[in-house]
Amino acid sequence: MGSLVLITFFIVAIFGPLIIPGDPFAVSLGDKYLPPGPGHWLGTDNLGRDTLVRMVYGARTTMLVSFLAVAMGSAAGIFLGLAAGYFGGRTDSIMSRFVDILMAFPGLLLAILVVAILGTGTVNTIIAISFFSIPGMARRTRGMVMSLKRREYVQACHIFGASDMRIILTHILPNCMSLIIVDVTLALGNAILTSSSLSFLGLGVQPPTAEWGAMMNQAREMIRLQPIHAIIPGIAITLVVLSFSMVGDGLRDALDPKLKNS
Amino acid sequence: MIEYIAKRMIQIIPVFLIVSFLIVSLTRMVPGDPVRNILGEEATEEQYRELSEKFGLDKPIVVQYVVYVKNLLRGDMGRTYFRNLPVSKEIGDRFPNTFRIAVIAAAVSTAVGIGLGVTAALHRGKALDSLIMVLSLIAVSTPIFFLCIILMVVFGVELKWLPVMGLATWKHYILPVVSLSVQSVATISRTMRSSMLDVMGEDYIRTAWACGIPRHVVIYKNAVRNAMIPVVTVIGFQFGSLLTGAAITESVFSINGMGSYMVSGVMSRDYPVVQGTILLFALIFVAVNLITDLCYGLFDPRITYN
Repeated sequence: MGSLVLITFFIVAIFGPLIIPGDPFAVSLGDKYLPPGPGHWLGTDNLGRDTLVRMVYGARTTMLVSFLAVAMGSAAGIFLGLAAGYFGGRTDSIMSRFVDILMAFPGLLLAILVVAILGTGTVNTIIAISFFSIPGMARRTRGMVMSLKRREYVQACHIFGASDMRIILTHILPNCMSLIIVDVTLALGNAILTSSSLSFLGLGVQPPTAEWGAMMNQAREMIRLQPIHAIIPGIAITLVVLSFSMVGDGLRDALDPKLKNS
Repeated sequence: MIEYIAKRMIQIIPVFLIVSFLIVSLTRMVPGDPVRNILGEEATEEQYRELSEKFGLDKPIVVQYVVYVKNLLRGDMGRTYFRNLPVSKEIGDRFPNTFRIAVIAAAVSTAVGIGLGVTAALHRGKALDSLIMVLSLIAVSTPIFFLCIILMVVFGVELKWLPVMGLATWKHYILPVVSLSVQSVATISRTMRSSMLDVMGEDYIRTAWACGIPRHVVIYKNAVRNAMIPVVTVIGFQFGSLLTGAAITESVFSINGMGSYMVSGVMSRDYPVVQGTILLFALIFVAVNLITDLCYGLFDPRITYN
């Protein structure tokens, strides 16, 4: 079920503009707040722009922001986790303190701090969300590496004189892969939640770019008369996030039976 | 015990110093100059210098930071750039609203979350268990702002049962508290369920059953209490998201609190406001984590603090 929604989401995000043609920025003030109907299947927004077309472009923005952010954040987190877990000692304490500092900002706050520093906009949202996914990834990779490090086959590599780099890349990293894949999937759902929250607050992706959270923010002024414009993007976000968690849970059970009940 | 608390308090100091230094120095590196922002494009060089001096922005960052911390220890967080109001007082006026909502939401989500988690665990594999788990999965996936909007449309606009703006009466608290709590209820109930299932499989629970101890005693006195430890950690973390979730609920329900104040500060680039609010949020979060650690002892006397 979850993977079905995700596949639809990817297809819409990548090929959507081919299937549903239209200009997401075409302003037509005479057609403001049209209810859903022929011509505009999901109605039009405060500037007469077609909601369906904007939803499709919004899927693109959402995918772009969350994927890039999670890719950057996970790469940084995995690097920190590998280094801290493998080398231990001083490297570990420096890295762990850094992660502790990031952890001192609960939830959305870290993303808001980054936005406060860099300003709003699509690129800055991506950076803000990537910081947000560093600490969790770093912690879990570190834990995993620390347990792998003590296994016999890793010890054996040491004895045969393999370099640290080689041990990390060919023995430790591949064994962390299942954990990383599960984490990335779950992080993507989180990234979508956080980035749309930022945009909803007006601190993330800025209009006129179509983004689901920003669309809901714009729909707030007409919430009493036309709640539909806020509800459609909301349902889309919920469905996509839900699917990422379901697929993440499924992957965890499939890849690592030991983790099943944790 | 006291020694442990003292040690943890001392550990907070470097974290606080680094965090505050980061906040102060990074906000200074912002592209886009606040002084220019306030004065507008046609300001003269002299006006510019005068205002920078007034805000202390002409000095090196380290000096600015030392001044900031010195003032902070006296309870002074500076003045806002735009209306020249004392930030400490502004935050003081708004903080109780945010804190009250967060505490009520934490209490509600702890009670409901634990209740649902225990219920699900006791009905493991039955319809009720599946229902609670499916609902909690949907709840963690729903953005808080979407939930706020649904509740607002249904109970405020359509049914007209509940007010949707401000905090004038107790009724005003219902929607913000509910929309904040839902995610935490879901997280807490999931953790409680799995922890409860682990504990129910332990030998001492089986022994308790075998000794013929009444069901409610085994469940509530032995199982629930032992299952609480992982849940306490989660509750501590949830309190952090309840506080920051305030940014969203306060903006939707037009509540004058820390969250909406922080968001407006970020939007207008009012550094003292941003610094003050973020620092306070971070401090509370660190303090809550300390309290969480201390709570472990209440549930498991074997844990000692050395």
